[in-house]
Amino acid sequence: METPEQEIALRQGWMGLLARAPAERLAALMEGADMPDFDFDWLRVPETGGVMVRGRMGGTGAPFNLGEMTVTRCALRLQSGEVGHAHVKGRNRAHAERAALVDALMQGPRAAEVQASVLAPLASEEAAQRDARAAKAAATKVDFFTMVRGE
Amino acid sequence: MYVAVKGGERAIDAAHEWLAEERRGDAAVPELTVPQIREQMALAVNRVMAEGSLYDPDLAALAIKQARGDLIEAIFLIRAYRTTLPRLGHSAPVDTGAMRCDRRISATFKDVPGGQVLGPTFDYTHRLLDFALEAEGEAPRAREAEPRREPTPRVTEFLNKDGLIQDEPRTDATPPDMTREPMEYPAGRPLRLQALTRGDEGFVLGMAYSTQRGYGRNHPFVGELRIGAVEVEMEVPELGFPVCIGELTLTECETVNQFAGSKLEPAQFTRGYGLVFGQTERKAISMALVDRALRWEELGEENIGAPAQDEEFVLAHSDNIQGTGFLEHIKLPHYVDFQSELELVRKMRAEALGTAKFKEAAE
Repeated sequence: METPEQEIALRQGWMGLLARAPAERLAALMEGADMPDFDFDWLRVPETGGVMVRGRMGGTGAPFNLGEMTVTRCALRLQSGEVGHAHVKGRNRAHAERAALVDALMQGPRAAEVQASVLAPLASEEAAQRDARAAKAAATKVDFFTMVRGE
Repeated sequence: MYVAVKGGERAIDAAHEWLAEERRGDAAVPELTVPQIREQMALAVNRVMAEGSLYDPDLAALAIKQARGDLIEAIFLIRAYRTTLPRLGHSAPVDTGAMRCDRRISATFKDVPGGQVLGPTFDYTHRLLDFALEAEGEAPRAREAEPRREPTPRVTEFLNKDGLIQDEPRTDATPPDMTREPMEYPAGRPLRLQALTRGDEGFVLGMAYSTQRGYGRNHPFVGELRIGAVEVEMEVPELGFPVCIGELTLTECETVNQFAGSKLEPAQFTRGYGLVFGQTERKAISMALVDRALRWEELGEENIGAPAQDEEFVLAHSDNIQGTGFLEHIKLPHYVDFQSELELVRKMRAEALGTAKFKEAAE
C-alpha cells in the first residue's frame, strides 16, 4: 500500500503521460484493450480554453507571462464512483474524455489491466520517441580537436 | 464625422469569393493540407504561434493556409481566435533547465558541460538553393549517437558560482498580464518580456540590431542558446496538486553582457533574456538583446537616447497586429473626412490665388 504522497506521485505520472500522449495512439490502445463501454456521468463536460504559460526571467528568476496554449479539460464519475480528471494540451475533446476515463479506471479494480494495456505502451513509446530525438541531437554534438601547427 | 453609407455588399461578397478561389491557386496543383503545413512549414507555424501568443500548431497551420501564407494576417486570425477562449488558468513557470535539448550552443565556453549540440540548424549551410528539393524523394535519415538523458546544465550557473554574473533571484510574484490589463508605463521587466516574446520578429530584430550598431550598445555574447521540449505543469484546484498538461517546444537565449560596474557594485557580467514559443532562435536572441538594452535604468547605465532604450517606444510599436490595424485602416473609406479636407484646400487656394491676382492688379 502506498502512502498518500506516493499515490499522488503515481497519479501525476499517469495524468501527465495521458496528456502528452498522441490522441490517436491513446484511442487505438483503448480500443485494442477490449474494455467494455464504461457508463459515466459528466462532472464537467469537455471544455477547450487557454492556459497562460509562464516562464522565469533568466530561466530561474521572477515569473513572467509567455503566452497561452490551448487546453481541453473535463471530469467524469464512473458508475462505481471513481472520479477521473483530465487537462490535456490542444482542442481534442475525445482525447480529454479518454484521459479522464483512464484516470478514473486507474483508481478502481481494473487498474492493473489498464496499466498494462494502455499506460505501459504509452510510456515505452514516449521513452523511445524521446531517445530517438536525443540520439539525433547527440550526433550533432561538436568534437573539438586542436590542430598542431608548426614544428 | 461618421456617416453611415450603404452599398458595396455585392462587391464585398464577390471579392471574398475570388479571394477563396485565388487562395486555392491552380486547381491542377494538389491542395495543401493543414498537417502538411504544420509538418513542412514548421518555422512559419512557430512564428505564428509566438506572435499570435497561442501555442497550437494545428491552429497556426490552419491560419497560414487561410491567410495564403501572409504570416501577419495569420497571426491576426490566431489573436482573434484567442480572445474567444475562456481562460482556464495559468501554468507553473516552465523549467527550462529541464529542457530536452534538440540544440544547445554557447558562444562563450567551448568546452561547456553538456557540449555544443548543433541540432537541426541552418548555420553552416551554404545558403545555396537546393534544386533537389524540387523533385519528390525520400528525406535522408539523420544519423544517431548515444542519447543524453540527463538535463543540460545552464551556462550562466557556472558564472554565477563565482559571482561573475548578476544573480537572477527566484521569486513567486504574480506577473502582470498585458492581455488582461492595458499597458502602462513604466511597464517593468515582466511586462516587457511578455510584450517582446509576442512582438513582431522583424521589429524586435531591428531594435536588437540597432543596439549592435551603436544605438545603445551593450556588448552581448550568446552565453547559451537552447531549443527543445519542456513540460508544462498546472495546479488543478479540484485535485490539489499540479499535473503535467502537455509539452511545448521553446527557444531560450541567455546573453552575457559586459558591465563595468558602478559606485554600488563591482564589475560583473549582466544578462539579457529571451524565451519564445517554438524553434525561433533569431527572435529569442533579438529579444535578449532588447531586454538587456531596456534594463539601462535598473543597472545604472546612461540613457543615450537610443531607440532600444526607450521602453514606451519599443513596446508600443512591437505589436504587428496593433501596427497593421492602425496602418491598414487608412485604406478603408474616409470619403467624408477627405471631402472636408478637399473643400478646405480649395478654399485656401482660392483665397491665396485671389490675393495674388489682387496684388498683380495693384502693381
